[in-house]
Amino acid sequence: MHVLDATQGREILEELVEVIVDNRQYLSDVDGAIGDGDHGINMAKGFRLCGESIAGQSLSLSKALGTLATTLMGSIGGSMGPLYGSLFMGMAKSIKDKDSLDAKDFGDMLADGREALEQISDAKVGDKCLLDTLVPAIDGYRHALDAGEDFPQALQALRNGAQQGRDSTLDLEAKIGRAARLGERSCGHLDAGAVSCCLLLTRLADSTERRLEKAAA
Amino acid sequence: MQRIINDPDNVVDDAIKGYLRASPSLFAATDHPRVLKYPGSPSDKVGIVTGGGSGHEPAFLGYIGDGLCDAVAIGEIFSSPTADAFLEAFRCAPHGQGVACLYGNYAGDNMNVKMARQMAEMEDIEVKTVIARDDVASAPASERDKRRGVAGEVMMWKIGGAAAARGDSLDEVIRLAQKAVDACSSIGVGLSSCTIPANGKPNFSIEPGHMELGIGHHGEPGIEVAPLTSAEAIAAAMCDPVLADQDFAGSEVAVLISGLGATPVMELNILYAHIAERLEAADIRVHRTDIGNYFTSLEMMGATLTLMKLDDELKPLLDAPARSLAITQR
Repeated sequence: MHVLDATQGREILEELVEVIVDNRQYLSDVDGAIGDGDHGINMAKGFRLCGESIAGQSLSLSKALGTLATTLMGSIGGSMGPLYGSLFMGMAKSIKDKDSLDAKDFGDMLADGREALEQISDAKVGDKCLLDTLVPAIDGYRHALDAGEDFPQALQALRNGAQQGRDSTLDLEAKIGRAARLGERSCGHLDAGAVSCCLLLTRLADSTERRLEKAAA
Repeated sequence: MQRIINDPDNVVDDAIKGYLRASPSLFAATDHPRVLKYPGSPSDKVGIVTGGGSGHEPAFLGYIGDGLCDAVAIGEIFSSPTADAFLEAFRCAPHGQGVACLYGNYAGDNMNVKMARQMAEMEDIEVKTVIARDDVASAPASERDKRRGVAGEVMMWKIGGAAAARGDSLDEVIRLAQKAVDACSSIGVGLSSCTIPANGKPNFSIEPGHMELGIGHHGEPGIEVAPLTSAEAIAAAMCDPVLADQDFAGSEVAVLISGLGATPVMELNILYAHIAERLEAADIRVHRTDIGNYFTSLEMMGATLTLMKLDDELKPLLDAPARSLAITQR
């Protein structure tokens, strides 16, 4: 059976830091179309700070996600601080004390993160926000497992759901955040939070899959 | 970018250093690098806290002082302060009689204030809020809860701050601050874009020869892009939606004209001359007018107009003494 070694939290987190820092300008450009163009700056700042604070440490995935959550909540503010902070804190709590994650644990971790996020915000799927990526990604993962697929196949479903969810924001009219004031003029642009969420989930799935393969080899 | 900065990622912290050095009688550092407090606040009054993203100077920090706010949470450029920062601002303000947190309607600020309020509850600090929603271009009057807060926030701080200074209770301060912001209708017009230093390029674009009516304080697109003709035409375009928002006819108002950062104050006065004519024609009496850079948007060219309907309760509070970086009156 496939299990993810959850003792290598720093290594996994460093990949998430990398994908956000590398896409700093792209995320700001996406945000600039209908928002205020600061998404990449703030996300990169928060993730970079997290990367600095975990550098060289040996951390469980739970601890590393918890550090990311508190760094985002304490350092970047904006909307993304509380939203992503809650998501990652929910994920960290879900896998507390776990040395390894099987496919079900991994799915529960994502679902618990979503629940924590929904406690701080009234945002829903269809509002043109990061939930438009997160929810179909988690649903895709769940359905794959329910259909009897294995961990790597479920991760592929996670990626597919995230990408379809991200792309769904192109035609959506924003309901929350600054772009909400644009109404239908927000259509035709991706939501920056949905884009960053897709980058993060895709990298998390890639990293997990690679680690599963390595463990199997 | 032609800017007076060091590392573009550190502009907010670098600016705070300057404010602290320049005005030690108005600003004191706290345990949180992104929270400043007014060192002269009496401890036996309701505390007034505000906060928001940077890039709107003199908002928000320019409104802490005598008869105004007591502590301010400072965010990154155009980005809400953290919940930690709001919490520290609650702690730093006088809080024995409770704290009124007066801020603008933006998703990030709403979430961070909500989290900070929950944390303050654990420390037995009572916090109540008023959320400014005065920008008429951001949603119709029927959906006022969706409107952004813009320069009407200045009126909210002035009224709430004056009520707290004279010893009003928390509930009374909240009622009056809410009344103040409900009495305000605002609109902005943008003539150029602005650049967040860490981003390095303009956030959006306004074609030369054009203006954007209803533009937001962060460059949120407005309701109409129109040719840029004359100050008189701009005044007309701004007055129409504002005057249609509330029944101002026959009443007394306060007028606040704020530049967005790069428009010369002289031009604000050119604009005001035409606005004053229109108000007179609409049978609106102007009790007072304030013109200057009160709530800006980095180096955007343009201006905002805020009209506040006055009554006998609001007028003395608006005229009460105050001393801060942005407002000083005897």
